[in-house]
Amino acid sequence: MKKIYLDYAATTPVDPRVTRAMLPYFNKKFGNTMSLHGFGQEVKSALEQSREEVANFIGAEPNEIIFTGSATESNNFVLKGIAFANRNKGRNIVISSIEHPCIMESAEWLESQGFEITRLPVDKYGQISPGDVEKAIKKETILVSIIHASNEIGTIQPIKEIGKICREKGVYFHTDAVQSFGKIPLDVNSINVDLLSASSHKMYGPKGAAILFIRKGTKIEPLLHGGGQEMGLRSSTVNVPAVVGFAEACKIAKKEMKKEGTNLTKLRDRLIKGILSKIPGSYLNGHPQKRLPNNINFWFEGVEGESIVIQLDLLGIAASTGSACSSAKLEPSHVLLAIGLKHEQAHGSLRLTLGRWTKKSEIDYVLKVLPQIIQKLRKISGKI
Amino acid sequence: MKPYYSREVIKRFTNPKNFGEIKNADTVGKVGNPRCGDIMKLYIKIGRKGGKEIIEDIKFHTLGCAAAIATSDMACDLVKGKTLREALKIDYKKIIKALGDLPPIKIHCSVLAREGLKAAVENYYAKKKSQKK
Ligand code: FES
Repeated sequence: MKKIYLDYAATTPVDPRVTRAMLPYFNKKFGNTMSLHGFGQEVKSALEQSREEVANFIGAEPNEIIFTGSATESNNFVLKGIAFANRNKGRNIVISSIEHPCIMESAEWLESQGFEITRLPVDKYGQISPGDVEKAIKKETILVSIIHASNEIGTIQPIKEIGKICREKGVYFHTDAVQSFGKIPLDVNSINVDLLSASSHKMYGPKGAAILFIRKGTKIEPLLHGGGQEMGLRSSTVNVPAVVGFAEACKIAKKEMKKEGTNLTKLRDRLIKGILSKIPGSYLNGHPQKRLPNNINFWFEGVEGESIVIQLDLLGIAASTGSACSSAKLEPSHVLLAIGLKHEQAHGSLRLTLGRWTKKSEIDYVLKVLPQIIQKLRKISGKI
Repeated sequence: MKPYYSREVIKRFTNPKNFGEIKNADTVGKVGNPRCGDIMKLYIKIGRKGGKEIIEDIKFHTLGCAAAIATSDMACDLVKGKTLREALKIDYKKIIKALGDLPPIKIHCSVLAREGLKAAVENYYAKKKSQKK
C-alpha cells in the first residue's frame, strides 16, 4: 500500500540535507558548549553560527535568539517570563481565542496566579480584528500574544497591523509563528514583533529544537534557572545536534521557501476545489485566501471526523481532525468553535496539511477516495 | 506494535452488516453521547418465539467514531434473536469483549450502544402500555 503523509502541520520528516549537517555533532563534535577545552569550543562556535543563521532568516540580531527545547517551552517562557518581569507595570495579558493549547494553558495558569487574561474573539474565517486589539489594550496590559497562522485552520493574522498598535501603545507583542515559520516570509522588524516563537520539527528540522526571539531591551524572566546558558535566559546544556539541524533547515527554507510556497498553494487549491466540487455538504474552514499555503480544513455534514481519519489511514493516508471523538478531553477543537462552528459541525472536521514532498498524484488519490469514504460514512449515519 | 483499534473493531467499522433503517420497525431508540456528541438510532422489529417476544431484526444508524460504529454493529449481532429481557442484559463489557478490546478513552462509545438498546426496549413497553389503555 502506498503511504501518503498529509499531516505536515503535526510534524515533518527531517530533510536529508539537515540530517547530514547534524551527524558530526553526535559523536565527533560532541563537546559541551560551556567547556573551555577544544571539544567544547568547537561546538560553541557551531552553536553561535547556528544562531546567526536562524537570526538572519528572520531579520533579527544573533543575540536576540534564544534556543529552547520546544515551541511549547518558548510559549510558556514568553507568557510566564513577561508576566513575572513586568507585573509591577500591570497584570493584564491579551491573547486570542484560537491560540495553541500551550498558550491557552499558560494563560489559564497565570490567571490562577493573579493575572488577568483578555481573550479576543475571531471572525468566521478565524481572523482577529486589529481594532479589537486596540480596544482591549488598557493601562495594565503588559503583553499581547497572537498566533501568526492557525495550526488548525491555517488562517493568517494581520500581524503587522496588530504589531503597530502594540508598539504605539507601548505593549510587548509576541507571536507564535510555529506554523508560518519557513512557509511564508517573516521579518521581525517589518511585522513589528518583540517576541516570536518557532519550532524546528515543523519545518523539516529535527524535534527538540525551537527558538524564542527576544528583541533587545525586552524585560523577561527566565523559565529555567541553572548554569546560565543562552545569555542566562535558558539554562540547560544546549542540544547542539538539533540546533545545528534547525539552522540548516532555515538555510534551506531561505533558498526554497518562495518556490515551495507557490507550488504548495497550487496543490492546496486543487484539493480544496476538488473537495468542494466532488463532495456535497462540504465546507471549507478558515480563510479562502489568507491561509497557509499548505493547510486544508473542511467540515462535512453527517459524518464524524475520527472515522474519516481512520478510513483514510486504512488507505495509507495520514490526516487529522478537530472532532471531540479524537481528543483526549473529548471536546471539539476550540478553534473551530471560535469561528462559529456548532459542536456537530466541528465533529465532522478534517485537516489535511501538505509539505515538501507532497505530489500532485497524491492529491488526486485523495480526491478519488475521500468522496467514497464520506458517502459510505453517511450511509452508516443515515445523516442523522 | 499494538494497533490503536483491534482487528475486530476495524472489521466492523469498515464493513458493518447491520446499518440501515427498518421501515416498519416496532420500536426505535435514539440516544446521544453527552461526552463527545455522537448520535445513535436503533430500529427493532419484534417477533415471537415460544410465546416470548424476541428481537427479530435490528439495525442502526450511528454518527460517531470508529468505535461507536463498531460497537453499534456488534451490539446488533449480540442481541439478534434474543428475548427482550435477555437483550437488556447485554452490557458494555460484553460488547467490548466481543470486539477484542477498545482503547480506554473509547469505552464510553460502547455504553452508547447499550443505552440505545435500553431506550428502544423502553419505548416498546411504553407503546404497548398506551395501546392497552
Ligand atoms: S462516540 Fe465519540 S468518541 Fe466514540
